[in-house]
Amino acid sequence: MTLTVQQTVAPAETTPRRPRSPWRNTKLMVGTLMVLVIVLIGVLGPLFWDTRLSAAASSPLNLPPFWEAGGSSDHPLGTENSGRDMLALVISGAPATLRIGLIVGVISIVIGIVLGFSAGYLGGRIDSVIRTLADTALTIPALAILIVISSYVREIGIATMAFIVALFAWAGPTRLIRAQVLSMRELGYVRMARLSGASTVDIMFKEMMPNLLPYLAAAFVGATSGGILAAVGLESLGLGPQRIPTLGMTIYNALQSSAILRGMWWWWGLPTVILVVIFVGLFLISTGLDEVANPRLRGRR
Amino acid sequence: MFAFTVWLSATIMFAIPQLAPGDPVSAMVTRLTQQAGFVEGSAGMIEAWRERFGLDDPLLIQYAQYLKNMLTFDYGYSLSQFPVEVETMIADAIPWTIGLLTIATIISFIAGTVVGALMAWRRSPALLRLLLPLTLTFTAIPFFILGMLLIYLFVFGLEIFPVAGGYDSTAMPGFNVDFIASVIEHGTLPALSIVIGSMGFWALGMRGMMITIEGEDYLTLAQAKGLNPLRILFRYQIRNAILPQFTALMLSFGHIVGGTVLVEYIFGYPGTGSLLFRALSNSDFTVTQGIVFILILTTAAAVLVVDLIYPLLDPRITYERSST
Repeated sequence: MTLTVQQTVAPAETTPRRPRSPWRNTKLMVGTLMVLVIVLIGVLGPLFWDTRLSAAASSPLNLPPFWEAGGSSDHPLGTENSGRDMLALVISGAPATLRIGLIVGVISIVIGIVLGFSAGYLGGRIDSVIRTLADTALTIPALAILIVISSYVREIGIATMAFIVALFAWAGPTRLIRAQVLSMRELGYVRMARLSGASTVDIMFKEMMPNLLPYLAAAFVGATSGGILAAVGLESLGLGPQRIPTLGMTIYNALQSSAILRGMWWWWGLPTVILVVIFVGLFLISTGLDEVANPRLRGRR
Repeated sequence: MFAFTVWLSATIMFAIPQLAPGDPVSAMVTRLTQQAGFVEGSAGMIEAWRERFGLDDPLLIQYAQYLKNMLTFDYGYSLSQFPVEVETMIADAIPWTIGLLTIATIISFIAGTVVGALMAWRRSPALLRLLLPLTLTFTAIPFFILGMLLIYLFVFGLEIFPVAGGYDSTAMPGFNVDFIASVIEHGTLPALSIVIGSMGFWALGMRGMMITIEGEDYLTLAQAKGLNPLRILFRYQIRNAILPQFTALMLSFGHIVGGTVLVEYIFGYPGTGSLLFRALSNSDFTVTQGIVFILILTTAAAVLVVDLIYPLLDPRITYERSST
């Protein structure tokens, strides 16, 4: 998603006289920045810090961060009650979380594009089947079913986890894309293309898709965020990958040892802060994209 | 739609365990063996249980039996607390969940809709306009993370709310002031985390709709007639902009139910969420399956109810085919 932003921002900067590109949207940029920070933590972190410290019994127990009484600079963000270093947990947990979100986002947007375009453009019986399926998948409490599935699947990995979550994440993008395609189907340029004998596939993907780009990006970001939400929820219930230290698993362990009431805020608080930055960042990106796509939503100043 | 949703989710839940290796009975006996060291005649026990659960029947018959059991609320016995029936456990927990869900959803829906309307309203005070977008940001944060922050703030920090549970152990359950006050006290934080977490969603949708209908002829006419701006806001703008909100409500029930499960677990609230978590940690498949099915049924029923009251809200929509 960052690629799209940069590509379209670049020409606007070389020709300053032109009106400001709608892509230079404050929310979009702040959100992108927030997600980039998390990505950087995951990419650069291992260069500066030993992530093997995220394994149990690798560090002293229950240390607070270094600025609190009893903290040590060997473990600047403290440790938890089975001897894991919090900084190492954050560094290895953050990219794992983003990776799950990314896989879910890609799967759902691909399914969403195929189903959404078919339903919206072809209409008829295909449309009613796809719409019913998508609406059903949306109304089902996905988390509940995901819980049943993950409780049967032992030894779950990041990819498996992402595929399971994606089972229910495609419905949102499908519905959104269908609605946009439907509203665009009878526009002048589409009819023109149809009259000039362009093939259905060409009309869908060469003519209409570029115009839907901001919506597609927003749907992708939404699905990514939803995927992370579901994955973190499962992990916090103790149903996530057990071998990789995920943020949700850290929260699960913290809750199991009632870290909140013991005042060990760093234990549950640090993964929470990372998750909040990810969620708010993605949220800002998606509202920013909405404003790019629909100028009426931009604030009146 | 109702029947389709229920059938589809029930089928998914039936199919998944079939794909996974092992069966619940041998899993349970293994667990018993681990606990007791050795269980006499465990092979015979597996046989007997397999027959009781009909695991040796052809798949299609098992499936039919499963659907029948699900629909007649016959979920068998809890595997971890053997003599207790799953129905009783769920029946104890479900009122808590439905109560929490209903109250929190109604509060957040109304508050969010009003906030969204005010955000788009031209006459809103400037301060309000500045504060409102903040509520939107909370939408991005999952309910249970808000719940943890609330626990830290109000239970650990300020110590003004009780730690966990649904009511004080000193209060006698029943219709008395003590009990009801205690339930409200314990329910405030869980409800609050759902309200804060979902309010912005309604506000965002409402704001979008308010902006979309802006400049419609009927609004210009109402203004030209010199109607009270508040009357215009409520009777002309909100009334017209609110309809898509109900569709959004239907589509987000599933999301809210899922979030509530986690909120209950965080707060140790005695609803289905905590029961589900306990069932998961004990590998109690019958209870897990029963709860999840009931949650799906509840969600589908809620969608059905909103669907049925839709024509009352929007006179243009009827379920008679002749009118369209």
